[in-house]
Amino acid sequence: MLKIENLHARIEDKEILKGLNIQVNAGEVHAIMGPNGAGKSTLASVIAGKEEYEVTEGNIALNEKDISELAPEERAHEGVFLSFQYPVEIPGVTVTNFIKSSINETRKAKGLEEMPAKDLLKMIREKSELLEIDRKFLSRSLNEGFSGGEKKRNEIFQMAMMEPKLAILDETDSGLDIDALRIVANGVNKLKSNDNAVIVITHYQRLLEYIVPDFVHVLYDGKIVKSGSKELALELEEKGYDWIKEELKA
Amino acid sequence: MELKEKLASSFLAFENKVDIDTTSKVHDIRTEAFGAFESKGFPTKKDEEWKYTSLNAVLKHDYNVFPKAIPTLAYEQVKKFLLNETDCYNLIFIDGVFSSFLSETTHDGLDVCVMSAALEKPKYKMVIDAYFNQLANKKNSLSDLNTAFSNEGAYIQIPKNTVVPKPIQIVNFSTGTEKELLIQPRNLVIVGENAHVQIVERHQSLTENNTLTNSVTEIFVKTRGIVDVYKMQNDRASASLIDSTFVSQERDSVASVHTFSFGGNLTRNNLEFYQEGTHCVSHLNGISILNEKQHVDNHTLVKHKAPNCESHEMYKGIYDDRATGVFNGKVIVEQAAQKINAFQQNNNIIVGDKASVNTKPQLEIFADDVKCSHGCTIGQLDESALFYMQQRGIPKKEAKALLMYAFSNDALKDVKIPELKAQLNKIIAHKLDVKIGFDL
Ligand SMILES: Nc1ncnc2c1ncn2[C@@H]1O[C@H](COP(=O)(O)OP(=O)(O)OP(=O)(O)O)[C@@H](O)[C@H]1O
Ligand SMILES: [Mg+2]
Repeated sequence: MLKIENLHARIEDKEILKGLNIQVNAGEVHAIMGPNGAGKSTLASVIAGKEEYEVTEGNIALNEKDISELAPEERAHEGVFLSFQYPVEIPGVTVTNFIKSSINETRKAKGLEEMPAKDLLKMIREKSELLEIDRKFLSRSLNEGFSGGEKKRNEIFQMAMMEPKLAILDETDSGLDIDALRIVANGVNKLKSNDNAVIVITHYQRLLEYIVPDFVHVLYDGKIVKSGSKELALELEEKGYDWIKEELKA
Repeated sequence: MELKEKLASSFLAFENKVDIDTTSKVHDIRTEAFGAFESKGFPTKKDEEWKYTSLNAVLKHDYNVFPKAIPTLAYEQVKKFLLNETDCYNLIFIDGVFSSFLSETTHDGLDVCVMSAALEKPKYKMVIDAYFNQLANKKNSLSDLNTAFSNEGAYIQIPKNTVVPKPIQIVNFSTGTEKELLIQPRNLVIVGENAHVQIVERHQSLTENNTLTNSVTEIFVKTRGIVDVYKMQNDRASASLIDSTFVSQERDSVASVHTFSFGGNLTRNNLEFYQEGTHCVSHLNGISILNEKQHVDNHTLVKHKAPNCESHEMYKGIYDDRATGVFNGKVIVEQAAQKINAFQQNNNIIVGDKASVNTKPQLEIFADDVKCSHGCTIGQLDESALFYMQQRGIPKKEAKALLMYAFSNDALKDVKIPELKAQLNKIIAHKLDVKIGFDL
């Protein structure tokens, strides 16, 4: 599904990713953990194609196809979805209208007709029920004045609507209360299949109790420095990152 | 011949031609107005109010002041510039001359008819004497010029307690039969006590020949009267417009003027509100979406003269290519006008590298117990919002359009005529060069 080799990326003059490797196969869930400022969100943005970041070395392949030259929307059309750590407010565009544009632009890119309004509304109803989103939200301006948790839940709602191949959830758990965490995790699990993959970026073991990862990686100073099974997350929660830093020095 | 000299000789010919009751004040008003115009002349960039808008290029054309022949137009030719599905009273003028064929007037319970009749017929004399040129007099040299040549336009009088059941549509077409034509429509609107009316106004050129329209509208709103005015400015690149609209409000009245500027070569809007009574509410909404070399200058004035009133002013602009904009919003709160709430906001997005906007709020407050707020922003489209939208599959061009749509959204939400709203939507989509499955 996703294969990243020796990825170096920088913004302005600052190198942030320094030779990163990761491989994610269809049907897998990967967790990425790591201290603040390690480069987790940068990795997510680079995969999604944010133009401010310059890729200086390495490559990113999605289903064996190099995507590093594609525009962000083209990557989205290929099935990449990023749930933002800080979702952006779009004043004046309602949630419904935004999703309608997203879906229809994606269909257009694939040479498909627009989704009939009836089908779209039905899908919106199903997915908003799955994520227990109040209908009133759908006619509000996207993310504008939403609480932190509401924004995150809305990201997963959009993900449910878009049905991506590769979903990257950047700290989707932060800001969610305990019930919301369960609802969101349940939504993600419902979407999981053998054809898609999920990368979960998180600081907390708690989310991983609901969305159980096949692999856990530690991203530190722009590189994946350690990978393991889900037990690694428990160990990190208990011991922090110092022991890994020590290991690296040795 | 310079335009000003040409106007002087035309004025003499015009005054000899129009045959009016010698007891009417109109003759004197015109003569005095021409004198005022002659002494001041056309405004230049040295004039503080015209610092960012030069009329030089517009005034160097050899405009005919009166059309030589009166062309006709078939409904099919002009249909797309009209509200069609909405039942309306229609006042249609072709090259400044009233077209009874395309119009629908009334005298049944209210007057929706033409200025030429009102200026001539004795039965309107009292109204004309009481209202005509009471607001426009010596406000600026262009409105004086209009007064001097005032002859045709809309005359609308709504009696007390009358809710006009359908909008009134005033459209000025120029056909280009004349190579270069100056049109000076003059409108008078009197909204009676507790009466309610909606007015849609357009100026539309039908050819590439140069036209200059110098329009003046006086609107009087009586106690508890309500008026909504929609100005549609989406003309060709050969058409320039100077519009001066003056609104006087008695107590408890509500007056709204929406100005939609999407086209034309040079557009100057002088919009002035005078709140004469308590508890008045004034709304001034504007949206300009400009590209190429278009220029729009919105000069507004709200004069709060009585206590407990409100004014809400919201102007937005999107400027692409080499388009230029001006917003000058003056708010005067006189000493007697306590407990005023005056809100003003001007937000702009610059898209084109060579586009620009000048914005200037001017607040003169002489009362102490008032709430006045004003603000302006000039910015580019938010890059992080664009990336977010692209991430969700919306291509950059469409994402930009969507953000601009959303930005203009505010200005359309108060449009109360659905067909007009749909037309505006379509024009905006076209202007932003985008087809997107999105409606406001
Ligand atoms: N636009 C930018 N300009 C300059 N530095 C940046 C920019 N974006 C990110 N950085 C820097 O890159 C580094 C990695 O940031 P990133 O957001 O990827 O960290 P993170 O691992 O997601 O951290 P957190 O756990 O706090 O979310 C940080 O030092 C950050 O300050
Ligand atoms: Mg981060």
